[in-house]
Amino acid sequence: MATDTLVTPARTAKAGPPAWRRLFGSWDAVLILALLVVVLVASATIEGVGSPRFYRFVALEAIPIALIALPMTLVIITGEIDLSVASTVGLTCSVLGQLWYLGVTSLPLLILLSLLLGAVLGAVNGVFITVFGLPSLAVTIGTLALYRGLAYVVLGDRAIADYPPTWTQNAVAPIPGTVIPWFVLVLAALAVVFGVLLYATPIGRSLYAIGNNAEASNFAGISVLRTKFWLFVATGAMAALAGVFWTFRFASARADNATGLELAVVAAVLLGGVSIFGGRGGLVGVIAAVALLGILRNALQLADVPANALTIVTGTLLILSVVGPNLVRMARERLRRRRPATTLERKPS
Amino acid sequence: MLPVLALEGVDKSFGAVAALRDARLELYAGEAHALVGENGAGKSTLVKILAGVHGPDTGSVLLDGQPVAFGSPADARAAGIAVIYQEPTLFPDLSVAENIFMGRQPLKGLRRIDAAAMRERTNELFARLGVRIDPDRPARGLSIADQQLVEIAKALSFDARVLVMDEPTAALSGVEVDRLFAVARSLRDNGAAILFISHRFDEVFSLCQRVTVMRDGRWIATDEIGNLTVDGVVRTMVGRDISALFPKMATEPGEVRLQVDGLTRHGYFDDVSFTVRGGEIVALAGLVGAGRSEVARAIFGVDRYDAGQVRVDGRPLRPGAPPAAIDAGLALVPEDRRQQGLVMELSIERNATLPRRWALSRLGLLFGGGERRSAAEWAKRLQVKAARNTDPVSTLSGGNQQKVVLAKWLSTAPRVLMIDEPTRGIDVGTKSEVHRLLSQLASEGVAVLMVSSELPEVLGMADRVLVMHEGRLVADIPRDQADEESVMFAATGQRGAAA
Amino acid sequence: MTTADVRSRPAAPNGPEPKAESGARLAHRLFVVRELGILLALVLLVAVTFGVNQRFLSAQNIKDLLLSSTILAILAVGQAIVIITRNVDLSVGSILGLSAFATGALFVDNPGTPIPVAILIGVALGALCGAVNGGLIAAARVPALVVTLGTLYVFRGIDYTWATGRQINAADMPREFLRMGNATVLGVPVLALFAVAVLVAAGFLLKNYRSGRELYAIGSDPDAARLSGIAVGRRVFFAFMASGALAGLAGVLYAARFGTLDANAGLGIELNVVAAVVVGGVAIFGGSGSVYGAALGAVLLTTIGSALPVLGVTPFWQRAAVGALILAAIGLDRALAVRMARRLRGGKTRGN
Repeated sequence: MATDTLVTPARTAKAGPPAWRRLFGSWDAVLILALLVVVLVASATIEGVGSPRFYRFVALEAIPIALIALPMTLVIITGEIDLSVASTVGLTCSVLGQLWYLGVTSLPLLILLSLLLGAVLGAVNGVFITVFGLPSLAVTIGTLALYRGLAYVVLGDRAIADYPPTWTQNAVAPIPGTVIPWFVLVLAALAVVFGVLLYATPIGRSLYAIGNNAEASNFAGISVLRTKFWLFVATGAMAALAGVFWTFRFASARADNATGLELAVVAAVLLGGVSIFGGRGGLVGVIAAVALLGILRNALQLADVPANALTIVTGTLLILSVVGPNLVRMARERLRRRRPATTLERKPS
Repeated sequence: MLPVLALEGVDKSFGAVAALRDARLELYAGEAHALVGENGAGKSTLVKILAGVHGPDTGSVLLDGQPVAFGSPADARAAGIAVIYQEPTLFPDLSVAENIFMGRQPLKGLRRIDAAAMRERTNELFARLGVRIDPDRPARGLSIADQQLVEIAKALSFDARVLVMDEPTAALSGVEVDRLFAVARSLRDNGAAILFISHRFDEVFSLCQRVTVMRDGRWIATDEIGNLTVDGVVRTMVGRDISALFPKMATEPGEVRLQVDGLTRHGYFDDVSFTVRGGEIVALAGLVGAGRSEVARAIFGVDRYDAGQVRVDGRPLRPGAPPAAIDAGLALVPEDRRQQGLVMELSIERNATLPRRWALSRLGLLFGGGERRSAAEWAKRLQVKAARNTDPVSTLSGGNQQKVVLAKWLSTAPRVLMIDEPTRGIDVGTKSEVHRLLSQLASEGVAVLMVSSELPEVLGMADRVLVMHEGRLVADIPRDQADEESVMFAATGQRGAAA
Repeated sequence: MTTADVRSRPAAPNGPEPKAESGARLAHRLFVVRELGILLALVLLVAVTFGVNQRFLSAQNIKDLLLSSTILAILAVGQAIVIITRNVDLSVGSILGLSAFATGALFVDNPGTPIPVAILIGVALGALCGAVNGGLIAAARVPALVVTLGTLYVFRGIDYTWATGRQINAADMPREFLRMGNATVLGVPVLALFAVAVLVAAGFLLKNYRSGRELYAIGSDPDAARLSGIAVGRRVFFAFMASGALAGLAGVLYAARFGTLDANAGLGIELNVVAAVVVGGVAIFGGSGSVYGAALGAVLLTTIGSALPVLGVTPFWQRAAVGALILAAIGLDRALAVRMARRLRGGKTRGN
């Protein structure tokens, strides 16, 4: 349908848009800037913000969200979604607690079994989505209920809380000489792993290709289904790791642990600039978004804003993150008087 | 007399691509007007402007001599313009009758939809077209031909003053085409204006009174059909001598590179066997829907097949696994560039290196340098015209996009290149570049399997022509015996005349 | 002759479809079967449970069952309307909470408010919230999942801010209003009558009116809908407004039924609603399904909840059963769709 010219017209300079526009245009930059502004303003105006203790709390709260947000970013980049993560956390907590209750006392074994369980739960999602070809949104709403339900089956309304104090203390222990929890290092290492995977490996390249056009990816020799399957497995395992951390941080395994966390994770990933339709976004923005939400929430709490009302901030940021760029783009297009072809809503695969 | 509908000096660009430049058209009541031009000449864009899908950048649309601005397809429809698109636009979940009357369903009391009346009128429309489709069945699962017939019924259902038909006959059988033309003639005689877009000159000459030729988005000529010959129209469309287009050099065929034995996919193709040697260009010809693309896709592993075997250089190829096919030295340049060949949102660089992402990585890591160099090298070799290799391929023209697809696959150094409709939707200049490239690849010993619906391309490029008819391979015609007649005869299933 | 397709007249690449008639009937049957299937599952569940314990079908228990289904069913009807257009509304739980608290607050501040006025105000508040969703989605062309996830937080936050930890008790509300939450007409709870009215009205609109059919068209293929001149944005906007209004109504009924209100009403119910709709056979990517199915799905989910204890299964299994049911439902839909596609393609298979 397009006519051909051998020379692409209308591009005079070889250089792209000016550097400031490119930087400003990048959502990552906007988020990092917002993060800095929030930190500076809050530190200056709210007592207690900026203290090491403050960041310790922010970190402890953000770790589970960030752990799950890492693989979730990759999943959403391929155009899928996993809403069952919080239930995976809950079920892992329950099984971990029950195993301890039944006399499994080896910490490495407990952790290993938990991660294995998470991977299996992720694989179940993966099988439904890639083998049976069902939409991930519907499947993971189903497993959201199923996994949480199994957590209740395992633990009922009991809470298992009698872990050795060293375990629970070690979970939140600071890096020697600081107050920052050492688990942040684990998170950082995993963030590097996922970052390298996404930005600097053939797999990362294929994730963006899949998210933009799964059919063309298949024609280019990418194993679309296999890739997606393993992403769901990874998501399950990471959610299980978050579950282990959750159990020991709160010294409590309950079936309702981390209820509703999936929405917090998805909100952070989307705010981080990842397109819900797949193909766009990255980990830098997502990590910035997790930090921004965590700091904002804790800072406003210190400023005596009622905790629950803070959800307004989360929601508004989330909406702005998608509406803002769209309105800017639409205004710019109108300015150029160039009407696009009817906007194609991506059809779900 | 004023034209019912006219375009004056219309320009339309999509990003960097100028689709229409100074396009003109005048449609009068009671005439059937043909719009012809090569793929990519801007016909479909023109149709979408008439239909209110796109607005013109400059220039104007005149309805009864008055400038109008269609803000949406609804506006154009309200003005009495009915469009049958090339690709059917049906709602798969809704019934056939609802598809036809969506938004205009007959009503009864309390403004309720009168389902019985709707079914009745649908049956009337189908009777006029002489087809039997159950109005109550969902559109999902209809054959392409039936979908097209539903589209035609839809256009007939509101008594349009202007009926635009964008290649409506591509999937229809002879009988169905005859019926469609009878309906179109009666509409025309009742004072409607018909704009007919087709690549089939026999149809154009039998239906239309005037012809407008477009090339590269421009208006070239409009004339009475009586003053024209097929050859003259083709020359005007192409804008140069045709014989200069196909530079296939004679080569000595080498070893068998690709061997296909008894390949079968139920419902698509059956017991297909052939070989392609190194240095050969083998064309796979046939009617639309004969199963040619499906065979290529199955060989490459994008689709599964039910029986048969594919061997590359004598080694059996694992079915259903494109990565294995690539490793074995196969490459497939697919039919649909925008949907299958490229990831439109990604850069030239990423697209051009996607199949080689593992080969370009070191210790499993990719830092961009290798991709950049590889893409730059191939972009230069194939003369891809782009501002930067980091631009999304969506900003390129069709011809340059096709070059990126070629770069993507040639960089894998394939031993067997399958190329589906190699020059669809690209301009004449790039076309001959692509042909020269294929010829050069063959001379370097690559086995080329070319699926093409353009007969001159098939006859000009191929060492052998394989012809498919209804999912079966019906003829294998060597170059010196291949002509329009022999290929057509085989393609339409008239076995006796073929080789 | 550069471009002439290689083809000629007399050949008919696709023969006439001999299976057209039977194909249509099959399709019809499958659609009906889908809703009958849920009904059957429901009847079976009730029968088995009744077999185990006759008291399961006591008047009181039926009443309780209908009462507990009501709110979920109303929400499911609204959600079905939205999902049919290939969108989703995650904010319904928050809208319900907001509307429920608003109703309570209204009675606290204006004790004499007539009940119909209170209902109207609740519905209007919900419609307003829905209009915010729909406006953002239609005007700014952003995905519904993101917008309604955002408003899920925002509406709930407004609710929290307004309530500031306060609780409204039954004593603060007029007695007739609370009685409405419990009253029956011929053994059927008044609240359930609301649900039935909503269901019948919505089902009638979707089946018999152009605007209703256009919702299906949009969900079936949004681009084709635009090409055929459907005002996609406006229709989607109204779908969200309808979903919001129904969530508002559900909020008022929630207030009448439970009497005690804090800012947590309806917390997390959105996923149950989506689950009910999916179980009810509405395709998650739009274009097919009915509000009747969605409402049946809601009743089925609720019934499972009350049947399990009777069957001697610990209530802890309830969620797991719901989850398994969702997976089974979408798996079944998929299998049926594949089968139907194969049957409809029918005679096309050549060879042999």
